[in-house]
Amino acid sequence: MTRVALPSPAFPPRAPEGAGNLRGSESFPDAAHHELANSQLRRNISNATHTIREKRLQVTGELPDWEQLRDSGSAIKTDVMNRLPELLEQFEAAVTARGGVVHWAQDAVEANEIVAGLVRETGSEEVIKVKSMATQEIGLNEHLESEGIRAYETDLAELIVQLGHDTPSHILVPAIHRNRSEIREIFLNEMADVDPHLDDDPASLAAAARRFLRHKFMTTPVAISGTNFGIAETGTLGVVESEGNGRMCLTMPQTLITVMGIEKIIPTYADLEVFLQLLPRSSTGERMNPYTSMWTGVTPEDGPQSFHLVLLDNGRTAALADKIGREALNCIRCSACLNVCPVYERTGGHAYGSTYPGPIGAVLTPQLAGMHGSHDPNSSLPFASSLCGACFDACPVKIDIPSLLVELRHQKVEQAAFGSEAAAMRAASIAMSSSGKFTVAQKAAGLGRLIAGKKGKISALPPPLSGWTDARDIPKPPKQTFRQWWGSAEGQREIADARRQAHE
Amino acid sequence: MSSRDVILGRIRDALALAPPVQQEIPREYRTGRAMPKGELEELLTDRLVDYKATVHPCEAAELPATVARVLREAGCKRVGVPAGLDDGWIADFDGEVVVDSPCVSAPQLDSLDGVVTGSRVACAETGTIFLDGSPDQGRRALTLVPDLHVCVVDLSAVEVNVPEALTRLVPERPTTMISGPSATSDIELQRVEGVHGPRNLHVVIVR
Repeated sequence: MTRVALPSPAFPPRAPEGAGNLRGSESFPDAAHHELANSQLRRNISNATHTIREKRLQVTGELPDWEQLRDSGSAIKTDVMNRLPELLEQFEAAVTARGGVVHWAQDAVEANEIVAGLVRETGSEEVIKVKSMATQEIGLNEHLESEGIRAYETDLAELIVQLGHDTPSHILVPAIHRNRSEIREIFLNEMADVDPHLDDDPASLAAAARRFLRHKFMTTPVAISGTNFGIAETGTLGVVESEGNGRMCLTMPQTLITVMGIEKIIPTYADLEVFLQLLPRSSTGERMNPYTSMWTGVTPEDGPQSFHLVLLDNGRTAALADKIGREALNCIRCSACLNVCPVYERTGGHAYGSTYPGPIGAVLTPQLAGMHGSHDPNSSLPFASSLCGACFDACPVKIDIPSLLVELRHQKVEQAAFGSEAAAMRAASIAMSSSGKFTVAQKAAGLGRLIAGKKGKISALPPPLSGWTDARDIPKPPKQTFRQWWGSAEGQREIADARRQAHE
Repeated sequence: MSSRDVILGRIRDALALAPPVQQEIPREYRTGRAMPKGELEELLTDRLVDYKATVHPCEAAELPATVARVLREAGCKRVGVPAGLDDGWIADFDGEVVVDSPCVSAPQLDSLDGVVTGSRVACAETGTIFLDGSPDQGRRALTLVPDLHVCVVDLSAVEVNVPEALTRLVPERPTTMISGPSATSDIELQRVEGVHGPRNLHVVIVR
């Protein structure tokens, strides 16, 4: 008999460091400090989130089966994660059978190389792009530029961000931090042949973008898109949008390259009935978005005659390997959680340092790219939340974001077992281990009254406790502990009074 | 090992490290709804108008006259039609009619004043019209590039909501769903009709 040991499963790798946009340059609290100083940004974002929030509540309230749709959406996505290998293979076979070419990319570096190679094969030095979270995540535009290929964003907000040499601050409305006069300035400075008398009316600005891009749509031979879903059963892909720039990119060029995260699968065409109801209502607060395009492989004499699909891992399998964390992969990128989050509303998206901001970004980013110790900005993301739960209530696929944040905090504390938090917890556990030690510790806490002084607040403590007092004051400790009060004559009198009242 | 095998291997490892719990899928949401024709027309009209589309109801016999009136009022002199459109629909139009084919270039499409097509199905609850490239709807570029789209919707092809509408579609056909004309809310969330798609959508509902 020969005994053969099966290879034990390995934990999949996170997205590589230094490639793509899944890590900021400073921690969330530091970045938030800069952003909070920008009152214009805070006004713009607050105005936008409140407006979308109200529209969303109105249109979700119209559907008496909204909760049932959420239950189905959540269950379908969980089922997808459970059956991911078979669904991806089915999807690949269906796309291939219809004339599409499927490529697999382990990470951002490989995906960028595949896409750049496909563009080079066409001979074009320009591409038009549909707004896409996946290509933003892998930093595709920057990579193409390094290869001498110019990528034009065609979504109006993405165009504003690109021309403004800026980064997006919201999943759905990336230029929400810019107001009309700023946008006018960007167009005047960056668009060739723009009318110098352009005013800042949104209709005039949209018309300027239309003129700027019309010729590009007609002449550029290659387009790059993301996708909102890929249907395993039929190999169909879909893009949900408003402006028609998506339709243009998906229809006019000869070659279409789509980058899709492997978690975007849905099992059957009929499942669209759930997601086409959940997504627009959660996202823009509309009953339906103005345009949705769906395509399956290549259709002779209609649209691109060459179609490439790049299936992207880039840390998704690492997220899948965590029983709790994998729930974040159910996200359909609607941005409802951003619009209800009190933290996002004040800091805006840039503070998160990742393509994915807001509550979902705070769980998804560390899972895709990891938290490498206390100096990694991603280690601060699970703490960028008040855990109020508004995001969970708003999520159309019921992702329990607060619980995921708590789990990530737990993982981070475990990682940093010798950090200051761990030291404080160890001290607390020693103090609480016997009543004698606890009494001594409580008496020591009375010292805090001396530090607090006459103003009755402690506003600066030495490190590591300064992390707490940097952002808030600690009220001075009470004169006596609960135990001291309980043992005093005054305490006994009040308890006796309370007992009497309870019996009356 | 190919990246395909590496990624599928990683997924299998991930599922082995954290074994999934079997997931039942509840389907308690509403499907298979029906509505009297009058109510369907009223609901669809309400939603289309909300999306800034212009609605023109008519009886079947009035269709050619209605299409011609809409085109005339919009100032259209040259309109494109898909090769499979019923000639009768545009019989009353006295301008130039260009029949689309794959060799009509994008700039030629751009020079048209408008386009007239049929539709596959419509969804009343959301005000959405589905085009699937059938002979009376043509290729996708035809309903995208010209600035005005006159879309004929037969009331017999209107469903209550998304689940009912989807059952009438053929998944493999390139499908475009339109809910009103092109629009953007990217500048201070103020809605502006018309960016890159047709800025004017006229829907002729045939009873």
